[in-house]
Amino acid sequence: MNPNENKSCCTNAIDASLRVPLLALFGGAAVWLVVGLVLGLIAGIKFHAPEFLGGCPLLTYGRLAPAANDAVLYGFCIPAALGVLLWIFARLSQNQLALPLVPVVAANLWHLGVFIGTAGILLGGSSGHTWLEYPRAAAVILFAAFLLIAASAAATFGWRREQTLYPSHWFLFAALLWFPWIYSTANLFLNSNQSPRGVVQPIIGWWFANNLVFVWLALVGVGIAFYFLPKIAGRSLASYGQALFGFLALIFFGSWCGIPQGAPVPAWLPTVSSIAAVLTLLPLLSILIVTVKTTFGANVSCNDGSFCFIRIGIMSFIASGILYISAACPQYSRILEFTWFGPAQTQLQLFGFAAMILFGAIYELLPSVMDKPLPFPKFAKLHFWFGLAGVVLLVVPLAISGVVQGEKLADAHIAFADANAATLKFLHISATGQLFILIGALLFAANIFAMTIQWKLGVAKTVITYIKSPLETAEVKS
Amino acid sequence: MKTGIAIFVAAFVALGASWCGFVLAPALQLGGAKQTVILQTTDNWPLQRTGDATLGLQVYRAYGCAACHTEQVRQTGVASEVNLTGLGNRKAEDFSAFAKSLFVLPELAGVTNAFAASLNGWNGELPKTLFTTTDVELASALAERLKAVGVKCETRLVATGSDIARGWGSRQSVAVDYLYDQPVQLGSMRAGPDLANIGVRVPDANLHLNHLYAPKSVTPNSTMPSFKFLFEVRKIGAAPSADALNLPKEFAAAPGFEIVPKPEAKQLAAYLLSLKANVPLYEAPFTPVK
Repeated sequence: MNPNENKSCCTNAIDASLRVPLLALFGGAAVWLVVGLVLGLIAGIKFHAPEFLGGCPLLTYGRLAPAANDAVLYGFCIPAALGVLLWIFARLSQNQLALPLVPVVAANLWHLGVFIGTAGILLGGSSGHTWLEYPRAAAVILFAAFLLIAASAAATFGWRREQTLYPSHWFLFAALLWFPWIYSTANLFLNSNQSPRGVVQPIIGWWFANNLVFVWLALVGVGIAFYFLPKIAGRSLASYGQALFGFLALIFFGSWCGIPQGAPVPAWLPTVSSIAAVLTLLPLLSILIVTVKTTFGANVSCNDGSFCFIRIGIMSFIASGILYISAACPQYSRILEFTWFGPAQTQLQLFGFAAMILFGAIYELLPSVMDKPLPFPKFAKLHFWFGLAGVVLLVVPLAISGVVQGEKLADAHIAFADANAATLKFLHISATGQLFILIGALLFAANIFAMTIQWKLGVAKTVITYIKSPLETAEVKS
Repeated sequence: MKTGIAIFVAAFVALGASWCGFVLAPALQLGGAKQTVILQTTDNWPLQRTGDATLGLQVYRAYGCAACHTEQVRQTGVASEVNLTGLGNRKAEDFSAFAKSLFVLPELAGVTNAFAASLNGWNGELPKTLFTTTDVELASALAERLKAVGVKCETRLVATGSDIARGWGSRQSVAVDYLYDQPVQLGSMRAGPDLANIGVRVPDANLHLNHLYAPKSVTPNSTMPSFKFLFEVRKIGAAPSADALNLPKEFAAAPGFEIVPKPEAKQLAAYLLSLKANVPLYEAPFTPVK
């Protein structure tokens, strides 16, 4: 997006400064993505065969499902997004990553936090609040790690050589502020010994979940897309004004969504949320317009590469936003609440939107960061098709089953068991979708790990040659 | 936006506003909530859980039961139900004939179908629900008219909606019901039935234990997994344990063995029994069945 960026003298030095932090962030992220998908797949199987692994108290559906979701969001989406964010900040600043050791430590800390959190959920230490299940110890580690990475990003920004701010900056900057605020609030209120009484808990929980899964992912996803789409298309981002409007409308309206319409809380809360949800159509529309204007007619062959990933990601964002908004309309909410429709939207947001954009960004930036082509470029292309098919097979049947289930639940003459049974055949298909996404994730992990191993071998070789090499005569003489 | 400060301020104001709205305001409005009084009584609601039920809430949390069960009943509104409680000296056929003569009244136009259907095939059994209407005045006017001809009749306020019709509760759940839940686990998915009133629907702890051990022994088409690990299968000692489950044959332990709930299972059952939100409140009124 910065037209002079690649011509600059120091691109290589900038990329080299990011090598270690990004490998630490992406490597762990790839592991957690696979772990999360495997846990999710086991949870899905348990829905069809309740007795599958039934003797193991660690693996009840109620533990697996949140552990899987959290591993994907906290384990994959957040660290991967932070890695891409650091790279974009360094590139746009035209300066090397500031405090490069800090994000390396933070990445390891972050993945340790996710490990403790996942183990905590499986051992029964969940806090009981959706998206905030990780026990206190994990939450503290994650919070500290995020602040460290944010500090490095802020320092990189502060010491920038290139003064211009780009739309990506707005979105990514807001994301850096967003997470510490919502995560600390939610944990201090819900994961401490002085939780507020009664329904204040779920209200804060919904506020947090909305601001994390909808707003935070939107900020990083769109911020990253608004960097890469124009860059790959070789033009500047279309319509600065539209982008600015989209950003402001997203943070001002999007942050008020999330309270379910049927919640047993004072009526003003769901009412405000449903108004905010309708207004959130505005940022969706302007983000769509900017994307279409930027990419339409661009002379880029999609070629199953990063451009495809990111474009599909933005389309999924629009679709997931529309599902989200429709579920916030009172007349639909009565049918869709408490059904598979909600999980369908969440999975679309995670795998269709956030993950697709992150895959695209990582495939695009990793070769230049490592100064090497991808070890298995064919895997990346295959990954695109597995990912796309997986998301469609996962989300579409799940959303339909939510509508079917909701219609049947709303009719008291239909037995509950029948309403439940009607969803099972849809869940079969979505389990296949999960499997496809898992295969894609394995292909992704293969590229990341092959690259890491190559790099480590390279480093080892350099060290060995250095040790073995005879002392230079100049040194001996002096 | 040209400077970092401008972005920071915009994001700060946006998130700060929603924080004030959805964190601060609810905490101020509801954080100091107190017990309320059950309608037409002096009793307080809700009561704090005690003993095993308190621990059982933590078992419910730890195993993630809320992933499949909600604890929240919804209602669409309220309606008046007109019930016939006594025929006086009339016969059922006479009453039916009289009631049918009322169908010509213009104000009854909206309910005649339901009214006629309820009388169809009625054998005189009492009490008898004649019809339900959202028009409270119509219901009481008709009740007066029926009383005037010497039958006993009463109107009840009832909640409406599919959750209520499924028997999941007599009224919607309201904020105060959750006052003592720590954490509050409303749930967001109904892969299993709602549990807000499971203690009313299934008041037997042994049935809950049987269901936790072998769900299909209680509900044949259940898709709930068994929570066998909350139970211990052991050899019967000198005398069978008083706690041992009394299961149907195909689910029971091998001869000479018995299935005994561990403390966690008992706590969970005690928690499930404590789930009752079936009293009328100011914000969720209904007429309880005596």
